[in-house]
Amino acid sequence: MRERILAVNKLQVSFNTYAGEVQAVRDVTFDLYKGETLAIVGESGCGKSVTAKSLMRLNPEPPAVIKGGEIIFENRDITNLKEKEMQRIRGSQISMIFQDPMTSLNPTMTVGRQITEGLKKHQKLTEVEAQKVAIQMLKLVQIPNAESRFKEYPHQFSGGMRQRVMIAMALVCNPKILIADEPTTALDVTIQAQILELMKELQNKIDTSIILITHDLGVVAHIAERIVVMYGGKVVEKGRSEDIFYRSKHPYTWGLLKSVPRLDIKRNAGRLSSIEGTPPDLLAPPPGCPFADRCQYAMKICRIEMPPMFEIYQLHGAACWINHPQAPTKVKEEV
Amino acid sequence: MLRYILKRCLYALITLWVIATITFGLMKILPGDPFNDPKLKPDVKATLIKQYGLDKSIPEQYALYMKNLMRGDLGTSLKFPGRSVTKMIQESFPKSFALGWRAMVIAVAFGLTFGIIAALNHQKVFDYFTIFIAIIGISVPSIVMGPILVYTFGVNLGWLPVTVDGTQISYLLPSLTLALGSVAFISRLMRTTTLEVLNQDYIVTAKSKGITKRKIVWSHVIRNAIMPVVTVLGPLFAALITGSIVIEKIFAVAGLGEYFVSTIFLKDYPMIMGITIFYAALIIASILMIDIIYGFIDPKLRVTGRRGR
Repeated sequence: MRERILAVNKLQVSFNTYAGEVQAVRDVTFDLYKGETLAIVGESGCGKSVTAKSLMRLNPEPPAVIKGGEIIFENRDITNLKEKEMQRIRGSQISMIFQDPMTSLNPTMTVGRQITEGLKKHQKLTEVEAQKVAIQMLKLVQIPNAESRFKEYPHQFSGGMRQRVMIAMALVCNPKILIADEPTTALDVTIQAQILELMKELQNKIDTSIILITHDLGVVAHIAERIVVMYGGKVVEKGRSEDIFYRSKHPYTWGLLKSVPRLDIKRNAGRLSSIEGTPPDLLAPPPGCPFADRCQYAMKICRIEMPPMFEIYQLHGAACWINHPQAPTKVKEEV
Repeated sequence: MLRYILKRCLYALITLWVIATITFGLMKILPGDPFNDPKLKPDVKATLIKQYGLDKSIPEQYALYMKNLMRGDLGTSLKFPGRSVTKMIQESFPKSFALGWRAMVIAVAFGLTFGIIAALNHQKVFDYFTIFIAIIGISVPSIVMGPILVYTFGVNLGWLPVTVDGTQISYLLPSLTLALGSVAFISRLMRTTTLEVLNQDYIVTAKSKGITKRKIVWSHVIRNAIMPVVTVLGPLFAALITGSIVIEKIFAVAGLGEYFVSTIFLKDYPMIMGITIFYAALIIASILMIDIIYGFIDPKLRVTGRRGR
């Protein structure tokens, strides 16, 4: 097995608001291995972005608080590092690209300076050296006329080009982990494919691990080796892509998969299916499985006790009571 | 860029003409005339009216005024016979200007600093302190603030002179009084825009690069936050340098401020026109100046300026 580079253990993140404590992330556990692409999928508000931002401690603290658990990166627990130490990790060891390239770049600073900024800080390069590296990086993300584009401002770039700039910015210090928070959501479909392709290509070149946050299973199928499915602030299923796509053991994952439009399934299959109901209120999360209320297979136990992560096979695990040996066989057969 | 500036200058002239015309119209709508002193004999009054051309029809008067204006002649005052309006502005404006630019420097320096520090300490002590100062600065008029400052620093403590005698220190108290409202205004605005910028996505991006908070503020926050503030500085500058009647009365400065009020009561037609046009020209010029400065700090405008030929 490959070397483990990041371990998230029972991570709990809450936001203290006027209405009370929003438990956005509850007991999230997963590992990241060197050079792999891990996707965290789930619907809006399931805690995937908060989890990702916690890895770099980018959630505004306060109101965000890491209430428990640990994030082990290079034998250190990130959750209790000081701001100064975090700054040394951000951008050089772990870096991030964001959802909306239209707002994620500073409109009054040249693209070049926004890239060299991190270089000068982390690698102590001089202005001239940093410029050289940055232009090289712009070429690597396939921006034409990199030398002249270097001096331009973000508004002179299209959305796809800006996301390329973001990628250049994130990878310029050769980080060990790249977190991509819905990197293609704001882009149109043709550009999406190009950006994903580029990320894959660069990953091979500089051997970085990618954590891809998305709600788009189409994107995931394209790029991820392993998948973590989140719901209501919890990890409900995790496994290799094949496990999740073909041998899923969690009703929520089934719902997700069914809601993806597909060309290879018969034309007149009717309406695209959706999951009925709404996600739980994280101000007062239910004691049992967060999905129980929307789950057609829900049993009595589901509402009382949160199911543990049942190990299905090697890396594949699912937090659903139907995987318990005593679960009614009827459901198992239907699956 | 040059073409852009020339175009703006042309617009400025048109604006000025519109303002002059409207003022002329409004002035003529005002009831009464400059010579309604009951002691004035009718024949003397008639002579005066004839002498100043007020017996002609209004369109004729307008045409005459515009003709003179084109030559830069603002006419002579009706109440201070023999003194040209231009001369009176020339004498009083420098005194108001001397206070005004100092007030402007104080307003910008303190306003920006307070605003930024308040935003960075959002909902902490300094933030509330700034809001408190801003509310006082905006709601307490200079007619109250002036005497309080004079009494405290001039009379009681005796630290500062209370009238302007031309020394640097003597300008401090009046320009500070003049600036207070603007300090409050600018700091409130700067605080709001800074808070807005701090919530932008690109600040998170900057943070994700591992840059220190201080550096984020200097190189990412301030330049973006200052832009909306720059737009209000033009009119503010014009307002400050043309003086305020209250402050000029309190500190015994023979500036321009007083004329704004007195000429209306006296119906000194050429003075009303002259001062209005002068003020309008100042405002237009400072807005123009700000537009040009803006072109330099906002990269988006810089490009349109170049390509928009």
